[in-house]
Amino acid sequence: MKIVVAMRQIADLVEELEIDSDGVDIDREFVKFVSNEWDEAALEEALCLKEAHGGEVTVVGLDEVDFDQSLYGALAKGADRAVKLTGDFDGWTSTASRAAILASWLGENQFDLVLTGVQAADDLDGQLAGILGARLGVAHAAVVVGVEPEGDKVKITQEIGGGTTITSLAAMPLVLGIQAARQAPRYVPISRIRASMAAGGIEEVAASGGDNIAQPKVRRLYAPESKGGATMITGKPGDVAAKIVELIRSKGLINS
Amino acid sequence: MPNNTSNDVVVISEKIGGAIPDATFELLGKGKEIAASLGGELHCVVVGTADGSDALGACDHLHIVEGSLLFPYNPQGWEDALRGVLAEINPRLVLTSTGTVGLDLAGSLASYLGGVAASYVVDLAVEGSSVICTSQLYGGKLMAEADLGDTVACLSVIPGSFPVEAGRGSGSAAVAKHDHDSSNVSMAHVSLNEPERSGIDITAAELLVSVGRGIGGQSNIEMVQELADALGVPLSASRPIIDQGWLPKYHQVGKSGKKVKPKVYLALGISGAPEHLEGMRSAELIIACNTDAGAPIFEVAHYGTTVDLFDLVPEMIDLVGS
Ligand SMILES: Cc1cc2nc3c(=O)[nH]c(=O)nc-3n(C[C@H](O)[C@H](O)[C@H](O)COP(=O)(O)OP(=O)(O)OC[C@H]3O[C@@H](n4cnc5c(N)ncnc54)[C@H](O)[C@@H]3O)c2cc1C
Ligand SMILES: Nc1ncnc2c1ncn2[C@@H]1O[C@H](COP(=O)(O)O)[C@@H](O)[C@H]1O
Repeated sequence: MKIVVAMRQIADLVEELEIDSDGVDIDREFVKFVSNEWDEAALEEALCLKEAHGGEVTVVGLDEVDFDQSLYGALAKGADRAVKLTGDFDGWTSTASRAAILASWLGENQFDLVLTGVQAADDLDGQLAGILGARLGVAHAAVVVGVEPEGDKVKITQEIGGGTTITSLAAMPLVLGIQAARQAPRYVPISRIRASMAAGGIEEVAASGGDNIAQPKVRRLYAPESKGGATMITGKPGDVAAKIVELIRSKGLINS
Repeated sequence: MPNNTSNDVVVISEKIGGAIPDATFELLGKGKEIAASLGGELHCVVVGTADGSDALGACDHLHIVEGSLLFPYNPQGWEDALRGVLAEINPRLVLTSTGTVGLDLAGSLASYLGGVAASYVVDLAVEGSSVICTSQLYGGKLMAEADLGDTVACLSVIPGSFPVEAGRGSGSAAVAKHDHDSSNVSMAHVSLNEPERSGIDITAAELLVSVGRGIGGQSNIEMVQELADALGVPLSASRPIIDQGWLPKYHQVGKSGKKVKPKVYLALGISGAPEHLEGMRSAELIIACNTDAGAPIFEVAHYGTTVDLFDLVPEMIDLVGS
């Protein structure tokens, strides 16, 4: 089975996100980028599928800031190929352009399954799996938490909310937006990542197909105005703890 | 971009299996308003089964596509059926909510219709010939206001963004039944799987100690469990804690977990992503501990602290543990 995993880096949400001077993008100079957590789940599922059923895992993505880190991490974890689509990707890239570029590369490469993260926190114009599926004209599904090959088909399980899931049997090729892999993404020691960096092995291909793609025009990016929000409790941890315990007690929820 | 579309707005009903969700009524209410601003009509499309669609009378036109392959849900079947109906309506705006249906189909339908998609939408307005949407990006940390132009746009709207009541109505929608030719659909339904039952029911608790990724590692769960035990309440958690395998699924609060409404919700190391808020924002009193003063959880919390949870929790255990 040929599995392609589409990955990308995204601003670390734990950091403060500054708006750049144009007011329509984050200031990418100072942001720390990390691998999109759902793409890491997609990679994990791909590696588990390969281990259980054989096949080849190729990781692909656009040459955006720090994308090499995703690729070397994936190679260190056991991916067979790492492909970087090169071009001018300095600012925000719409999902529609991203999908068009990936579809153009996929059109020249064989695949049975494309796995990607269910979402990325900045995919303003839709999630990748669906748009890529439409671009390629193949079936797709998102919020996937189970992928199980069955003969020449795949049994996929999607979450539909409240803990309920739905299972379907699908023919390949297929594009899936992974919500969670069968297990948490594996840990890879930094020494292995260093080794994969030393070995190189990233293939570079010029990106194509991404021009003149319709997309929403962001006219303002801003931090939400605080609607009052929380009353902050400050002080030493012991004082804060006492205040919180008092609040819980005031609701009659502590007996002692 | 040339405007070849009508000015009609389409709401896709998101009933999968159970009842029609509130999210669908929210979309109908807002859809009606937007359709009026655009000078178009409001359509609602029901896929799978017509059961319960009497409640969707707030629209002008109700479209029903039934078919055994479409029920209870089949992403490929729904896409195929919706492409057919949308081609007939030629809408300006298609509204889904950010759930499985929206995540599956808003982007792909936009692509097939040759328009644009927008996700995480929390507000919507018409300005001149443009539709303007406001989306919550970066886990709720930033808002983006975007001009969708005058082309067809398919949106996924975060549930809870618009009032539900405005979309409930028993008007006299014109009902149209559409046939679905399933020859293009290879995906088949296998099973609908109910969640695992357990002795712990976080929805019944009046106080929840809830833990998020800020807990850092599995071994630290013990510390918050100790606090929950001292308070005599269950531990609940955000999704990453479940996906890491640190707690079983029935502890999960949020969109794909349980909706809870305790008297007090104590959130420890939870950022407040929209999918988490969906499950707990109606708690009576929300107290959040998060070292990042900019974490979105502080927008819904009544009380907050940026004290490190590893300093706070032991102090709380000392106070209530005796
Ligand atoms: C379709 C879909 C459904 C989803 N359903 C759900 C759902 O049901 N429930 C859910 O929760 N999520 C759900 N999610 C995931 C959601 O998008 C977020 O990824 C998730 O809620 C983040 O969990 P978190 O807040 O624990 O982690 P993070 O966002 O990583 O936040 C951790 C927080 O801990 C803080 N922190 C770190 N260290 C400390 C410390 N020592 N003391 C105090 N604070 C600290 C950090 O500042 C940070 O704000 C869903 C996502 C999708 C796409
Ligand atoms: N020890 C490590 N050193 C550097 N990067 C790592 C290490 N472990 C995991 N990673 C990478 O960090 C990202 C997040 O990993 P994790 O949080 O373990 O899912 C992934 O891209 C991993 O490949």
